[in-house]
Amino acid sequence: MTETLIAALFVFVLASFAGFEVINKVPPTLHTPLMSGSNAISGIAVIGALLVAGPKESNLSVILGLIAVILATINVVGGFLVTDRMLQMFKKKEVKA
Amino acid sequence: MSDFLPTGIQLTYLVAASLFIIGLKKLSSPATARNGNLLAAVGMLLAIVATLLDRQVLNYQMILVALAIGSALGAIAAYKVQMTEMPQMVGLLNGLGGAASALVAVGEFWRLLGASESVSLDANISMLLDVFIGGITFTGSMLAFAKLQGIISGSPITFPLQQPINALLLMSYIAGSGMLLVDPTNLPIFLGLVAVSLVLGVMFVIPIGGGDMPVVISLLNSFSGLAAGAAGFVVMNNVLIISGALVGASGLILTEIMCKAMNRSLISVLFGAFGGGGAASGAGGAVAGDKTTHSVDAEEAAMMLGYARSVAIVPGYGMAVAQAQHTIRELADQLDRLGVEVKYAIHPVAGRMPGHMNVLLAEANVPYTQLYDMDDINPQFDQIDVALVIGANDVVNPAARHDTASPIYGMPILEVDRAKHTIVIKRGMSTGFAGVDNELFYKDKTMMFFGSAKDAVAKIVSEVKHL
Repeated sequence: MTETLIAALFVFVLASFAGFEVINKVPPTLHTPLMSGSNAISGIAVIGALLVAGPKESNLSVILGLIAVILATINVVGGFLVTDRMLQMFKKKEVKA
Repeated sequence: MSDFLPTGIQLTYLVAASLFIIGLKKLSSPATARNGNLLAAVGMLLAIVATLLDRQVLNYQMILVALAIGSALGAIAAYKVQMTEMPQMVGLLNGLGGAASALVAVGEFWRLLGASESVSLDANISMLLDVFIGGITFTGSMLAFAKLQGIISGSPITFPLQQPINALLLMSYIAGSGMLLVDPTNLPIFLGLVAVSLVLGVMFVIPIGGGDMPVVISLLNSFSGLAAGAAGFVVMNNVLIISGALVGASGLILTEIMCKAMNRSLISVLFGAFGGGGAASGAGGAVAGDKTTHSVDAEEAAMMLGYARSVAIVPGYGMAVAQAQHTIRELADQLDRLGVEVKYAIHPVAGRMPGHMNVLLAEANVPYTQLYDMDDINPQFDQIDVALVIGANDVVNPAARHDTASPIYGMPILEVDRAKHTIVIKRGMSTGFAGVDNELFYKDKTMMFFGSAKDAVAKIVSEVKHL
């Protein structure tokens, strides 16, 4: 295994621990928004897709990359927007008329 | 200059990853959650813009078109979706994320094939992992979506030799991976592996019943993160690896919480094919026959609720199906007017995904300060005058506490039987998802109010108005 792979594994494991710590504190009330929000974050695959779709050629690799860009963008935009839509409904107490 | 841009991009990725973590952290309180989501979105935007500046990325026109199409479709879906359909929505988005991750690996494989570069062992292993997880996430999520949306039956589908076939598929994936490592440019094997991973995704979700969907959705959420992480290993990009790990951890935590709430191990959810009924029939310690229930009419129920000091409303999925949340909130308003303290007691699996019920109630303008989680409300039931159970069944069955013969024994429940009185609104005496009779209904201090959730609550509301 190369050194880059080892370094990447370190990053992965440490980030997992950070994730466990941060997310353990999210209350059950917010589990659905947590899921859709983290789901949007997993759309970060769009970065990988952009790199694959990058070359100014039109071969199968680029076409697959472009499809991946579309799918990942749906995931990102849909995920963040729907999370925002849910979170704006969580109110402490509405002002009584 | 030549070094400046890549360093800038890497630093931007670092900022993006930090924003993701801060955003997730802010999700731990309803007061800061919206802001947190926004920060994460900003992080994503930064990461995308930085990537577009990468020297590898030249295909601007096509890429911008793809981004625009994806954004438009995502935005339409996000604004059109009903809150009750949230599990499907998350399932669908999981699947798209998984597919995108798998496509990154396939595209990269193709590029390496065309470039006739020698494929390093590291890159090869990463691609194999990415295809595996991404493929399973994609088809698994699509199937979960179809089941939740009612496109195909939500009941578990089993057939003979299911487990041996799964084992065979898994073995063939491992064997194929081994062959590809020896011969990294073997296209037929690579395509075969893609196909196997897609089939495995279907096989993984098909035996799982509708009631277990909260677990499956959480697990697929975790997978979609891991798939993105694996894609990060393919293109050696830290921000992908970090985000993937965060989401993987998040999904795993939720999966564990859901399993605990249903008193099932992950293994039994994945391989048990529970939830089709049958499994539990005839069980239960109490003898059937001489059991009687007490029923109550709207007027009496209204009196009990209106003159109580504290009321706990226990909504179940039946309430959400009947779209009764707005009527319930009207009832809560009326009770509030009479000086009754109203709390909502929410079981972790009350909805179809973690936290689903809370979202549905929030949509009906119920303040989140009135929503109580199981662990918070259970010690309080002793002091509650009336527990109003609407469309919930198994999650309030006291048998889970003491009846070792019951299939739901050991499942954490909302202890409504400890309240001074319990009113249960239910269509009839049918059993819940677990297929077991509920001894709560036969207790002396339990009153049954038969009717559909929405009508029944509406009747009570109009009676309470006269108090």
